[in-house]
Amino acid sequence: MEANTPLLDVKGVTLQYKTKDHLVTATYRVDFQVLRSDRFILLGPSGCGKSTLLKAVGGYMTPVEGEIRLKGQKVTKPGPDRMMVFQEFDQLLPWKTVKENVMFALTASGKLSGKAAEEKALEYINKVNLTKFADSFPHTLSGGMKQRVAIARGMAMEPDVLLMDEPFAALDALTRRKMQDELLQLWDDTHFTVLFVTHSIAEAIKIGNRILLLSPHPGQVKAEMNSLPRQSDGELAQALERKIHDMLFVDAVEEEGAHV
Amino acid sequence: MSEPMSGPMVLGSDVLRPEVYRDQVDSSAFGVVQKPLSTWERIYNQPAVRKVFILIMLATLWEIYARLLNNALLFPTFGSTIEAFFEALVSGGLLGKAWTSIKVLLIGYSAGIALAALLTVVAITSRFGTDLLETLTSMFNPLPAIALLPLALIWFGLGTGSLVFVLIHSVLWAVALNTHSGFLSVSNTMRMVGRNYGLRGLSYVGRILIPAAFPSILTGLKIGWAFAWRTLIAAELVFGVSSGSGGLGWFIYENKNQLEIPNVFAGLFTVIVIGLLVENVIFRTIETKTVRKWGMQS
Repeated sequence: MEANTPLLDVKGVTLQYKTKDHLVTATYRVDFQVLRSDRFILLGPSGCGKSTLLKAVGGYMTPVEGEIRLKGQKVTKPGPDRMMVFQEFDQLLPWKTVKENVMFALTASGKLSGKAAEEKALEYINKVNLTKFADSFPHTLSGGMKQRVAIARGMAMEPDVLLMDEPFAALDALTRRKMQDELLQLWDDTHFTVLFVTHSIAEAIKIGNRILLLSPHPGQVKAEMNSLPRQSDGELAQALERKIHDMLFVDAVEEEGAHV
Repeated sequence: MSEPMSGPMVLGSDVLRPEVYRDQVDSSAFGVVQKPLSTWERIYNQPAVRKVFILIMLATLWEIYARLLNNALLFPTFGSTIEAFFEALVSGGLLGKAWTSIKVLLIGYSAGIALAALLTVVAITSRFGTDLLETLTSMFNPLPAIALLPLALIWFGLGTGSLVFVLIHSVLWAVALNTHSGFLSVSNTMRMVGRNYGLRGLSYVGRILIPAAFPSILTGLKIGWAFAWRTLIAAELVFGVSSGSGGLGWFIYENKNQLEIPNVFAGLFTVIVIGLLVENVIFRTIETKTVRKWGMQS
């Protein structure tokens, strides 16, 4: 692969899904490109189709228009080269211990087996500081710990891109901040590529290096911008946060104005 | 406000209250942080102990009532039932009869489960299969197995065949229905996780759906077991001996005809004891080793 071809290329993707009595267009002709080692954020208010977009990249949905290519290969179905980390805490298999959960991903996908899978699993469990809990069952862990296991599982697979669907949204504020810091530390370690969905502007700025802003109903690209360098000061971050906030909510104000 | 409080109301924003910072007491200073429960509390926490207590209470009530009634033909005492039970166990061939029943039961039960598994797999793989399962279940589940016995006798003759047939009927629908509803209730996230690993077809069913639906499957197995047990005893009572050696139902029927009422009670007692053992030993062990350990059931 050439250095300048994108790892993930999303071209003109329109996504639709059916509810019981409507056909809903979730995103309309969305384009973006993710490069290797990007921390790429999909940011937008609820209803902008960002989670649907992530599911399409995961291979759980087929675009009605446009295409998604990973390393030049068209995405058609779910696969272990795109590991998902979900928001829900029930993404760990309750009948397996922490170690078995991570190992199962490796063995079920046929990536590794036996001793090698166990070693790899323990290595990544150690990276998320859960070595002490390797033999615990998921129901004995806190929400933050469960998400860490899910992240370890995703990273142990060493996928081309890690897809994270608001993984910290269900956590309390203190745990969320801690998890964000940990995720960045992990990134410093391995420079994995991540596509991260969030509705929190602050989280997007903190975690991402590139942010795709989507507008709601249906989701369309509003902007694609660079985030700030990691150690920039708080004022710059606040200014960027304000800028993104204004861009996202200009519609809402206009809509309200139209009713007057 | 009709009743004015003493003095004017003070608003939090009007006064400057001092801020408070305190040092934490070291944990060694408290009396109790964690302390073991008393022996009595620990004994009471054992479900087995509580259940044995209930059983003893029931047996005592039985004994008292039977003594007050004082009519061994209508209602023998617990003591004489136990006596008859051991006597039948030693010399009356009760053990052999129970074993005959259990053998037939196991054949019918496992055949029913196998068919239920087949039907459920068809049901989850296609919409036609789902409709098929739903229609068949709503048709046959309300049909008492005993009602099929006359037909079974015509089709399979007087023997194990017709017993197994009615047993399958009593197990199949309960297990299939529970397993299917268990599969349907597997969370979407867990399904997506399985597909993310690239699992498909039978390995997806076996490694994701079955364990994820295990609480419902276990419930289905338990209900199926109870249905099978009562169907078998009832069937044996209706058409008695099958292929030479009768089972427990036959034992009860025979003794009723000879007015050996303590033996009738001993036969019923055996049915109850086997039921209690299977429920509290076999199913309980499966439960503690699976769904309880996994935190899927408290």
